[in-house]
Amino acid sequence: MAVAAPSPPPQGQAAASAGNDTLRVTDAQGDPRQPGGDHIFRWLSLTAVLVMMATLLGLVLSLVSGGWMALSHFGISFFTTSTWDPVADQYGAAAPIVGTLITSFLALLLALPVAIGVAVFLVEICPQMIARWLAIAVELLAGIPSIVYGMWGLFVLAPWFAAHVQLPLMMAVTPGSWLETLISGVPNGANIFTASLILAVMILPYIAAILRELLMSVPSHMREAAYGLGCTQREVVMRIMLPYVRKSAIGAVMLGLGRALGETMAVTFIIGNSHNFPGSLFDSGSTISSTIANEFTEATGDMHISALIALGLVLFLITFATIATARLLLGRGGPK
Amino acid sequence: MTFEDTTTDHRTVMIPPPEADRVIDVHNLDFFYGKSQALFGVDLPVARNKVTALIGPSGCGKSTLLRTLNRIYDLYPGQSATGEIMFDGENVLDQAKNSEQLRARIGMVFQRPTPFPMSIYDNIAFGVRLHRSVSKADMDVIVERSLTRAALWDEVKDKLSLSGLGLSGGQQQRLCVARGIAINPDVLLLDEPASALDPLSTAKLESTLIELKSSLTIVIVTHNLQQAARISDYTGFMLLGKMIEFRPSSDAFVSPETQQMQDYITGRFG
Repeated sequence: MAVAAPSPPPQGQAAASAGNDTLRVTDAQGDPRQPGGDHIFRWLSLTAVLVMMATLLGLVLSLVSGGWMALSHFGISFFTTSTWDPVADQYGAAAPIVGTLITSFLALLLALPVAIGVAVFLVEICPQMIARWLAIAVELLAGIPSIVYGMWGLFVLAPWFAAHVQLPLMMAVTPGSWLETLISGVPNGANIFTASLILAVMILPYIAAILRELLMSVPSHMREAAYGLGCTQREVVMRIMLPYVRKSAIGAVMLGLGRALGETMAVTFIIGNSHNFPGSLFDSGSTISSTIANEFTEATGDMHISALIALGLVLFLITFATIATARLLLGRGGPK
Repeated sequence: MTFEDTTTDHRTVMIPPPEADRVIDVHNLDFFYGKSQALFGVDLPVARNKVTALIGPSGCGKSTLLRTLNRIYDLYPGQSATGEIMFDGENVLDQAKNSEQLRARIGMVFQRPTPFPMSIYDNIAFGVRLHRSVSKADMDVIVERSLTRAALWDEVKDKLSLSGLGLSGGQQQRLCVARGIAINPDVLLLDEPASALDPLSTAKLESTLIELKSSLTIVIVTHNLQQAARISDYTGFMLLGKMIEFRPSSDAFVSPETQQMQDYITGRFG
């Protein structure tokens, strides 16, 4: 009995040495982690990338192969003519391509000054507490679904615009003048200009939000140096802060442009959907995405489908180029 | 390292320049960051055409004091100052005063070089154009003279159209000095202007400042006691938001009267 009963001191020692063993991190057998865990981890993330790249590649390939029939058949005239006639199977996409570019640039032109004003106000002028709330409001504007903008555009903006802008203007201008040419069109408010206006409202919060962040990134010592030289607030903003973020700001603008180029629903509602080459600012027209959205369900002929896919390819390329340029400019950051 | 005031020496020693020589005269200045007070009844007499150095451990309020002189703290809501900063017969703290004009007369050079994102030439011309219209020929003269006085002309005269951001740190800082003096201020404030510079650039900047003294008044905040001793005529030692000792630099570093300043300059704290 006395022999079998373990004496206290050795027991204590055993416990201590066992404790040491579990603490030894080099002991592979005690390690609960799978051997080669990193290996699997790397392969998993690589697979994710491959899936994404394959999707992108597949998309581009199917756009090219799907649009090939129309592109090879019509050649350069697909881009230079504006006869879009599914009955005769004649497709020239000049009108929607030009419509896309015009509405997007016009939207940018309208949105940019307002966006700069909003960003400057939020960063430099209004008290920080209020600026935070206003910034949230700007984000809300960005969160409104485009179909809501479209409905608002069609039911509210277009009739109002026709009655209070388009008609009075048409009455006021001299017949035969260049101004009359610029604003001629059916006075129903569904035209290139109102589409641009809606687009401008939609891209405004994006541009404003990025500009705000850019302006906030101007180092405080740069601002202080400018104020320290006796600059007024206007001079600091216009001549130091905005030039300081100029390059990146162009990137922000391009991102907004990228969004405007691809926007479908709101524009489809309000642009009038005419395949004629737009003759004036207040003429109805179409964009690439509005044309696709309008016609895809009705496209039965192979050539029609192919022409629509080719349009998609063109839009993809324009948008890709825009966003790539934006990224390049934004990526550089900093001054100059 | 923070300083705990364990000495029994609570004296304030002021040996100011004669009143007639003062271009700025600070009396009983309190400063607040929101609710927390950073300066307590500070006095600072600044003598014309002299270099006044402000020294003291980090957080003692010397930069804060400097930033009240041209009201640059105005940019930050919540910061406020009370007391008297007499400059040209008026109280700088009087909010009705035009701060743009004030800052044109009391220029500032910051701890980090702050060249504007424009050419070297335009960095100088920018500030001048803010305050008066100048012909191209006159501007050329002003740019050359300012850069020469800032000891930078020889290094940049062939690349005036290049961006100021391409210069070295020391050159950028002298560009900022040139930009500051181009608009002919009465006073130039410098907030640790050499802290980001190598010893050679620091030496160049210091000799520039000594040169400038003939035409303007300089107030410099520095952590570098040797620098303060080398270039300043008056030295103010600050601690915990108070001016502890203010006297001519010639004896400030040799025979400081207060225990705190003695401890600081002998490296016992700070």
